[in-house]
Amino acid sequence: MNKITAPATSTLKVPESPEPLEHPMKDYLRTERFPHIWCSTCGIGTVLTAFIAGLQKSGLDRDKVAVVSGIGCSGRAAGYLRLDSFHSTHGRAIPFATGLALGNPELKVAIISGDGDIAAIGGNHFIHAARRNMNLTVICINNFNYAMTGGQAGPTTPQEANASTAPYGAYEYPFNLPYLAESCGAVYVARWTSLHVRRATKAIAEALVKPGFSFIEVIAPCPTLYARRNRLGTGLDLMRFYHDTAKIQHGANTKDIDIEYQKEIIVGKFVDKDKTDFFTNRNSFLQNKLGDKYIPYKGTK
Amino acid sequence: MKADPIGVATGNHFIDGDHACGEGAIAAGCRFLAGYPITPSTEVAERIAERFPKVGGMFIQMEDEIASMAAIIGAAWGGPKVMTVTSGPGFSLMMENIGLAVMLETPCVVVNVQRGGPSTGLPPLTAQADMMQARWGSHGDYEIIALCPNSPQECFDLTITAFNLAETWRVPVMFMMDECVGHMTEKVVIPEADQIEIVPRNFYKGKKEDYRPFNFSGSGEIAPMIKAGEGYNIHITGLTHDERGYPALDAEAQDKNVRHLVDKILKNEEKIRLLEEDQIDDAEVIVISYGITSRVSQKAVQDARAAGIKVGTIRLIVVWPFPEKLIRKLASKVKAFIVPEINLGQISLEVERYAAGKAITIHVPHAGGWVHDPNDILKAIKKGVK
Repeated sequence: MNKITAPATSTLKVPESPEPLEHPMKDYLRTERFPHIWCSTCGIGTVLTAFIAGLQKSGLDRDKVAVVSGIGCSGRAAGYLRLDSFHSTHGRAIPFATGLALGNPELKVAIISGDGDIAAIGGNHFIHAARRNMNLTVICINNFNYAMTGGQAGPTTPQEANASTAPYGAYEYPFNLPYLAESCGAVYVARWTSLHVRRATKAIAEALVKPGFSFIEVIAPCPTLYARRNRLGTGLDLMRFYHDTAKIQHGANTKDIDIEYQKEIIVGKFVDKDKTDFFTNRNSFLQNKLGDKYIPYKGTK
Repeated sequence: MKADPIGVATGNHFIDGDHACGEGAIAAGCRFLAGYPITPSTEVAERIAERFPKVGGMFIQMEDEIASMAAIIGAAWGGPKVMTVTSGPGFSLMMENIGLAVMLETPCVVVNVQRGGPSTGLPPLTAQADMMQARWGSHGDYEIIALCPNSPQECFDLTITAFNLAETWRVPVMFMMDECVGHMTEKVVIPEADQIEIVPRNFYKGKKEDYRPFNFSGSGEIAPMIKAGEGYNIHITGLTHDERGYPALDAEAQDKNVRHLVDKILKNEEKIRLLEEDQIDDAEVIVISYGITSRVSQKAVQDARAAGIKVGTIRLIVVWPFPEKLIRKLASKVKAFIVPEINLGQISLEVERYAAGKAITIHVPHAGGWVHDPNDILKAIKKGVK
């Protein structure tokens, strides 16, 4: 990083500053791409930090971990990670990741993307990947709106919340994403906010080593659009709100954890069950049916 | 290199074009197929679903064609050669991610067994009306390669060619069958594996820190690929990017990136070119056709020759990139080009454009559902020679 110096024409004296510290996660970040695009007090960076910490904690070989993002603010997450990282098309991170995971079965593939990307345009892929129990970890950063395009309403916008395409407030019923994930067959389902860094980190570490389809929703502040339009203050104010209103309830029935506008948010680990994952199921099924004729797909050399 | 014998069903077969295409893919080394059922292409996926578990391949039926296209791109970056199969409406759904494959320079084969459109159109009946969509159906400037087989045998042979071209140029190759060719059953000879030449993926072998997933230098070289999971820690994006694969959102980067995508195909048109010429040395008119229509044209050309008309034929096998230089050259030697095709004017307009008024272009259209009456082509030949 460059040291701050005063322009040659300036009469101001800049005090000698110590060498800037290196980012503690620099080995996992493409720091050459900094500054990143996210706004001050946006929650996405925190989720990225939790992801890196969770990955370190998981014990997985980082070279065997790939990350796929879709499009949007959260869709930029892959681009800052020094892993094999793919920035795909809007809504298609999950099928892209499905192909990647199947193409190289040695890989653990995670998806980091937003609520619009995963639950609206990508909703069909989400439910089918969960149904298949595909070997994927989906981390959905939910900031209740389409932020990259200027704060439009989406399928997670709570009723009454204001958005640029819901100028009188949103009136549609929003998705309860953990309920959707569980009902489609996800074997691991959790919800945290970007305030719960330690718990989100643990959830990510657990999800990454869990065979099959795991899903973590992380509620995150969008200070520039969602918070500003709804006069909720800065990201910091929303963190305070999470602190005051989020209630940890492990094992809660996902049916009961709808998110209402500025009301209590139930967080926790809701589902952690065992069900044979896509790969194991396919292999044992075909082995059983075809016997010696079956040649398992093992990727390319 | 030679084909892996495990995937080569050597022998004489009596199968349709769809099945032959599936066998061609396996022989070419394709080991990943994601698809969604749609008439009249489903038999390709059915063949693969039956054969892949016995040759170490991975078949997955996705939730739609959008997912199928996205999945094959993801899979390709995991190492294998990949393909998807569809028809009209499904081809439309694939368009956005075909653009992604172009942008990521991901080798893949997209089979479109053409049927009548627009919309649901004529599901079980033939057409050749997706030729322009194959070229530019996704948004933005780009070029792809498209091939048109005219027999089950070619569905086998040219599927292998399609994979070889995809790997050589790191580009999606559109395998533009039509319903007639797809459902026509004929003898298909599958040779021994050591008689089949295949182009393997060009994997990077150098130092990790020196790797660049793209080469925009204009040298004509195509950057080698890596597969995810080997510690290269690459980043790949559908955004306009630099040679490292990092987003670069300005006019200068756009120029480098997009020019490369276009130039690598257009500047190599003569290397990619694949066509058949017949009796063009003394020809006064030339019939230009492709796919099933080339076989219907044969009858018209035979009848015209028997009537003493000097007519030749060009059968386009690679339709995109278009053999622009060849048409320009021939336009000053002949009176007319006759272009029958099962659409209301697609390739004929390309011919007309490159003929540039030096020879007339007579289009013989057909809206689809059936092939031409050879007499209609014969009439056009007679008109052209006047």
